[in-house]
Amino acid sequence: MNKIIKFLIGMTAVAMLGVGGSQAATPKNTFVMAKDIADIITMDPAEVFELTTGEIIANVYDRIMMFEPEDLQTLVGGVAESWEVSNQGKTITFKIRSGLKFHSGNPVRAEDVAWSLQRVVKLNKTPAFIITQFGWNADNVDGLVKSLDDRTFSVTITEEFSPGLVLNALSAGVASVVDKKLVMSNEKDGDLGYEWLKSNSAGSGAYSLKTWKANEIVTLEANAGYRHGAPGMQRVILRHVAEPSSQRLLLEKGDIDMARNLTPDQVKGVQGNADIAIDGYPKGTIVYMAANAGHPILGKDKVVQAMRHLVDYESMANSFLAGQFVVHQAFWPGGLWGALEDTPYTQDVETAKKLLQEAGHGDGFEMTIHTLTNSPFPEIAQAVQANLAKGGIKANIVTLEGKTLWPKYRAREHDIILARWSPDYVDPHSNADAFAHNPDNRPEAKLTGVLAWRNAWADESSNMLAVKARNELDLAKREKQYLELQAMLQKKGPYVIMFQQNEQVARNKGLKGFVSGSNFDLVFYRNVTKQ
Amino acid sequence: MGLTSASSGQTAGSGLAPPSVLVSIIGVMVSLTLTFIGLTAITFVISRVMPVDPVLAIVGDRASDEVYQQVYLQLGLDKPIYIQYLRYLGQLAEGDLGTSIMTAQPVIDDILRFFPATLELATVATLLGIFVGVPAGVFAAVHQGRWPDHIVRVVALLGYSAPIFWLGLVALLIFYANLGWVAGPGRLDVFYDGIVEPKSGILLLDAALADEWDIFHNALSHLILPASILGTFALAYIARMTRSFMLDQLSQEYILTARVKGIPERQVIWRHAFRNVLVQLITIIGLTYASLLEGSVLTETVFSWPGIGQYITHSLFNNDMNAVLGGTIVVGVCFVGINMLSDLLYRLVDPRVR
Repeated sequence: MNKIIKFLIGMTAVAMLGVGGSQAATPKNTFVMAKDIADIITMDPAEVFELTTGEIIANVYDRIMMFEPEDLQTLVGGVAESWEVSNQGKTITFKIRSGLKFHSGNPVRAEDVAWSLQRVVKLNKTPAFIITQFGWNADNVDGLVKSLDDRTFSVTITEEFSPGLVLNALSAGVASVVDKKLVMSNEKDGDLGYEWLKSNSAGSGAYSLKTWKANEIVTLEANAGYRHGAPGMQRVILRHVAEPSSQRLLLEKGDIDMARNLTPDQVKGVQGNADIAIDGYPKGTIVYMAANAGHPILGKDKVVQAMRHLVDYESMANSFLAGQFVVHQAFWPGGLWGALEDTPYTQDVETAKKLLQEAGHGDGFEMTIHTLTNSPFPEIAQAVQANLAKGGIKANIVTLEGKTLWPKYRAREHDIILARWSPDYVDPHSNADAFAHNPDNRPEAKLTGVLAWRNAWADESSNMLAVKARNELDLAKREKQYLELQAMLQKKGPYVIMFQQNEQVARNKGLKGFVSGSNFDLVFYRNVTKQ
Repeated sequence: MGLTSASSGQTAGSGLAPPSVLVSIIGVMVSLTLTFIGLTAITFVISRVMPVDPVLAIVGDRASDEVYQQVYLQLGLDKPIYIQYLRYLGQLAEGDLGTSIMTAQPVIDDILRFFPATLELATVATLLGIFVGVPAGVFAAVHQGRWPDHIVRVVALLGYSAPIFWLGLVALLIFYANLGWVAGPGRLDVFYDGIVEPKSGILLLDAALADEWDIFHNALSHLILPASILGTFALAYIARMTRSFMLDQLSQEYILTARVKGIPERQVIWRHAFRNVLVQLITIIGLTYASLLEGSVLTETVFSWPGIGQYITHSLFNNDMNAVLGGTIVVGVCFVGINMLSDLLYRLVDPRVR
């Protein structure tokens, strides 16, 4: 009863005194960012495929191979100290670093590493394809991925793949090393700890997961014993703020250190603020249009080529996209190994009209563009609509939520799709396999994860080159083949590739060391410091 | 929800109190059961005709067909819809609301986390609406056609018609960003998060019970602005309705008689006219409170308030059916509960209903 009386007195007292604002600055040892984190559905690295969790697990788990924040261009060993390729490129034997420990205090053993990969294959969640493409399945993975002693393990692939590609794939989230002892102590009904790891962590990375309250907050706690030394910040907090305007206000008031989802207008708005800095990070996300090759008109190469000439890329990049997207016209993002940086297309209405004439559609035609509801897709669709009209093409726009749009796309029910794509791991094969390689174009093949299949497009020369580059052992030759493949798809195929994302992050000027790499899961917090 | 008539029908049981109470209870239980079956059935059917794929919400758009089919079967989507629904009801009968796809948590845990946040917000907003809206409505009615009436009507119109999203952002800009009188979006400053054990989930109460007055102060500072914005909406509606009910009563002959008898004006207004308005007002306040408890998605979005409205909306967009159905049941319980409470209050304030 006393407490209730105190509560009432307290309420009255506070109401009488006025409530006042919150604490002005974030604590010195805590990095607080505002982000829309509603996409988080799991923290299990065997299943994580969302943007927010991709970056969280990059900070919580060490992977077999890694791109480190100090040099995002060079692939180095994560838990792996060294590796040797044998058996004509089909077996890689890894030696892991000594003295590594999980957050639990358990030592990191080769057995943990092998088990982590086996677990991904056996659970077979969405991102598992990144490693099951090597010929691994639930029945054979124990024999093909195995620990040889406490510090040595080997992986053997059964398909023809370049070892370079295998190493790159082992830097993806699915190659996160999980604490077998801890996870198995939480196993239920033979689920390999799946239920438990959805909302817990068992890694050896710079941070451990302290709390995750869905649609509210994620808190990470520093791992003082991390192999690169204790992280700069004791705590990292990702606070769910869905509304960009609210993110801006919080940043300007100093209640957060970083806003991750500001719109171009808001970025412009905070640019004059002396306490706030804006950083741009080129990301791997590509914005593209794709034509359904099963469509009687859009299936013609000349029609798609005409569309490439009709789009006014520069005008969009310089106006409403305002620094958040830059012109890019190849399927592999710029700035990465193997990327084709050429941008051969600018708006050329005359050439486009000529091509449409040659295709037998000089009088134009009508079709529908399906796109996402979130910015900048409706804006881009409207600009493209106006561009295409110059060639006599009447485009109707239908905007849909992703969960409604993707089933249509996967069922080949679109005319033109305007969407985005980002690599699953940092190797050109990741995108080449989606854009250029469709081994079975029959509807019943249901290769729904492959963009070329979704667009009912298959091309013998493109397929051959994609496979050749995938298997090539020589790095220089491999790079050349990918450049050739990208150039080929700039001229034929269903795609009009338009932009590459440039992530704009607004931060308090006193905060330094945040690194956001090209891929969605190459975001690092461990070097962050605050003045 | 049809409960008002069900329970008020018991006045017919003259003299035989126990059977009448029993009949009334049975009536309420039947009505409750039918309400929930209807509620869950409609929500379930809507979820199945929506062009949103619940499998893709889990596996993502890049999943292979093999992974897709695996989850499709796990969710039981290969079964006819009535089987799926009956299974859900069976699960529900065991008190299991299932697990949310989007949060990976049991729906009941999610609701216990999100609902108190909305309850806290809606309660404060409704109290604001009552304490300001009712006197304002009475004041306007008493001064009908004069400037106090015009002011109340304009304020009520603005409060009712101004987009709450815009109002929220403007209020944040003024009171948080410029004046610094209140805290910004969120329920609590991040450095206070996790200090107080969530016993009731209502932060003000939990902080007070834990003797954490700094946290109490911080929570109140976060609450005051969204509650005021939401309260503006409640206030506008309650003030308009109070004014209208009062005008109706003030034109009755018994009021004229009271005035002729020389009863002081204050008594005429508050003891005679206002008492007769109370029954209607209880309905209005009950409905306002229930609609705020459904969750005010826009207010919750602008103020990053982790409430039930955001939870249901987000789940709906992702076809997270366990979460949507769980949330719908909570909203249904609120409506039914508030209806029953209104019934009880009628009996207290209106002797004719007893």
